[in-house]
Parts: sequence; C-alpha cells; structure tokens
Amino acid sequence: MNKTQNFLKGIIKENPVLVLILGTCPTLAVSTSVSSALGMGAAATIVLLCSNIVISALRNVIPDKVRIPCYIVLIAGFVTMVQMLVKAFAPALDESLGIYLPLIVVNCIILGRAEMYANKNKVIDSAIDALGMGAGFTLALLLMATIREVLGSGTWMGIQIPVLADNNISIMTMAPGGFLVFGILIAVVNKISGGKNAKKSFGCAGCPSAEICGKTSCGEKEEAK
Amino acid sequence: MTKFIIIMLSAVFINNYVLSRFLGICPFLGVSKKLNQAAGMSAAVIFVMLMATAVTWPIQTFLLDPNNLGYLQTIVFILVIAALVQLVEIILKRYVPSLHKSLGVYLPLITTNCAVLGVTILNIDEGYTFAESMVNSLGSGLGFFLAMVMFSGVRSRLEGADIPKVFQGLPVTLVAASITSLSFLGFSGVIENLFA
Repeated sequence: MNKTQNFLKGIIKENPVLVLILGTCPTLAVSTSVSSALGMGAAATIVLLCSNIVISALRNVIPDKVRIPCYIVLIAGFVTMVQMLVKAFAPALDESLGIYLPLIVVNCIILGRAEMYANKNKVIDSAIDALGMGAGFTLALLLMATIREVLGSGTWMGIQIPVLADNNISIMTMAPGGFLVFGILIAVVNKISGGKNAKKSFGCAGCPSAEICGKTSCGEKEEAK
Repeated sequence: MTKFIIIMLSAVFINNYVLSRFLGICPFLGVSKKLNQAAGMSAAVIFVMLMATAVTWPIQTFLLDPNNLGYLQTIVFILVIAALVQLVEIILKRYVPSLHKSLGVYLPLITTNCAVLGVTILNIDEGYTFAESMVNSLGSGLGFFLAMVMFSGVRSRLEGADIPKVFQGLPVTLVAASITSLSFLGFSGVIENLFA
C-alpha cells in the first residue's frame, strides 16, 4: 500500500465514523453546529497524530502486557495538552465542546488506531494513517453537522440561509435529530457500498477493548448462537 | 433535601446520559439486544459510577485543587478509574464470586466507557458537594439503566419487523433510538415546574 492510498483509506474505505462505527459519542454530541464539529475534528486529529507517532516510536519498548494502560496514559497526556491550548487560545470552542473535550481520552478511534495500526507499523506510516483517519473523522463530523445545522437552525457556520432560517426544524439540533441523521447516513453508506462492508450488528468486535474483555459479554460468542 | 431530589430526577430523566448527553453510546447500541445483558451491564455501570465518584471527588478536592494541579484532572481520573475497575474485579472474583459472575464480564468494558469518566468530570464542573455528587452519580446510573432496559424492549420488537435491506442492523437501531430519545424530550421543563 503506498502512502497516498494509506491516507485515503481513512477518508473513504475505512472511514472511522461511517464505516468502522467508532467514536459515536462525540459524533452525535458535537455535530449540532459546523464550527464545533470542526473544532472537535481538529482537536481529535492532533491527539491522534501525536499518540500514533509516539506509540509507533515506542512500539518495541512498551511491554505487550501493559500496553493498553501505557496507551491510555500517553493519550490522556496529549488530551490534557490540547485541552490547555484550547482553553488558552479558543475559549469559545472550549465552551461549545465542554465535557466532550476531555472525553477525547476515551474516544475509541484513538485507542483503536493505536491498537490496530500504530503498534505494528513505522512512524511515518502511522503518522499518515493518523492524518487520514483524522481527516475522515473531521469530514464525517462536518457532513453530519452541515445536515443538522442547515435543517435545524437554518444557518451554516453562522451564515443565515434565506428560506430555511425562517422554517427551521429545531428537533434536528436536539438529541433525537442526532440519532436520526446518523442512522440515515449509515443507511446511505450501506446503499452506496452495496452492503459490502455493511456492519450488520454493533458488537464488541469493533471495540478496541474487545481483546481485554475476551469478547465474552457481548459480540461474537453471543451472536454465534 | 429538595436539591437532592432535583439533581436525581434531572439526572435520570432530563439530562439522561444516553439519550440526551450522548455518553455511553457504545454499550447502549452494543449490549441492549437482550434484556438480561442490558440489565447486567447497567448494574455494573451504576456500581462503577458510584465507586469512581467516591474516589475521584476527594482526589480532586483534597489533592489536586489545594496543590494547583487541576490540569492533571483528565490523566488522574482515567488512571484512577482504570485501576479501580481492575481492583474491584479482582476483589469480587476472590470474595463474592456470585456477584462477579453476574457483573464481572461487564467490568473491563467499562474502563473506557465515556459515561463513567463523564460523570466524574461533570460532578467537579458543576461544583457539587460530595453528597450531591453521589446522588448525581446514582441518578446518572439509574438513567442509563432506564434507557438500556427500555431500549432492549424496543429492539426485541425490531427483531421480527420487516426492514428495508439498507436499514437492517445499525441504521434502524439508531432510528429507533431517535424515537426513544424523542419521548424523553417530553420531560424537559418538568422539574422546574414541579418545585416552583
């Protein structure tokens, strides 16, 4: 796989949000407005890039048995740095992301890429993978936020849209709208991909902590029955 | 006393963790297929939320704040929660095997559950006292339980339904979640008027 393909796979073929279905919590929560979606995407991308580079560089140093706690500490460190930077330079963004900014620590995408990619590949490849995945995450958030903000508030990045601003469907910016738009987007992705990589069920298999919990509580074993 | 009731009710119904704050979506979509699994998972979440709050609140108030280390909150909390969950699992396995059997399998899953980290950080952000934090955690856990159990009922109805091919699996589950969360919107504004 060459470097361009490696970058593009994160955006289309293995889009973390719409195809791999990772990081659903922030996707649903911050996609109420385009500006906070962009902020969340950028913050998560920076954390992902830093953590992928460092984890890939340390892949031969970190003992296999304690790798998950090590990854969590590294990721939490980078999240704290991003949190402090956002608080200092973009207080409005800090306000709109709120609790979801520290919660990047438990975003499945970041731990998932560390576990699935960075601990097996070279530093440069891991950095490209992180950029691709980050771009995929940001674009998916942007898509959802565009639909929700245009329909829900009749604005885009705060710019008023003539007819829609007077006839907004405010439910779209509330919680039910988030679930609905996300469900429909995944159905559209299923339709386009012809059901090839459609995720029929949502189990632990895709979750990075699946290996730790032994897939006993849910997911594969139960599905097999 | 009224304050505790307000915190409790708003955590369960109005700011429901799953349906209005979008925390803990992974277990909500993943483990809600069967009623007994949904109940087991939620019981484990309530348990861990209470334990995590009981430990993180004193750490923040007596250790981090007096030493101006508030910025270490994220790192300290996630580590404390991860260690706590492991410890609880080991203790339960050794001394209360029956409880471990019903809750144990869900415990490791909860370490990276954003609802648990979320509740501990929100308790600090909201400036709750220790008692209020515990009530808020219990309410949040109960809200999670309510959402999980309700939704597992909805999903059992979906099993036999005739669904268009592209909507099968996750998409229809999300649409059902949307309608479930719509029903919770009806609670907004109830609390203010209840004690006004």
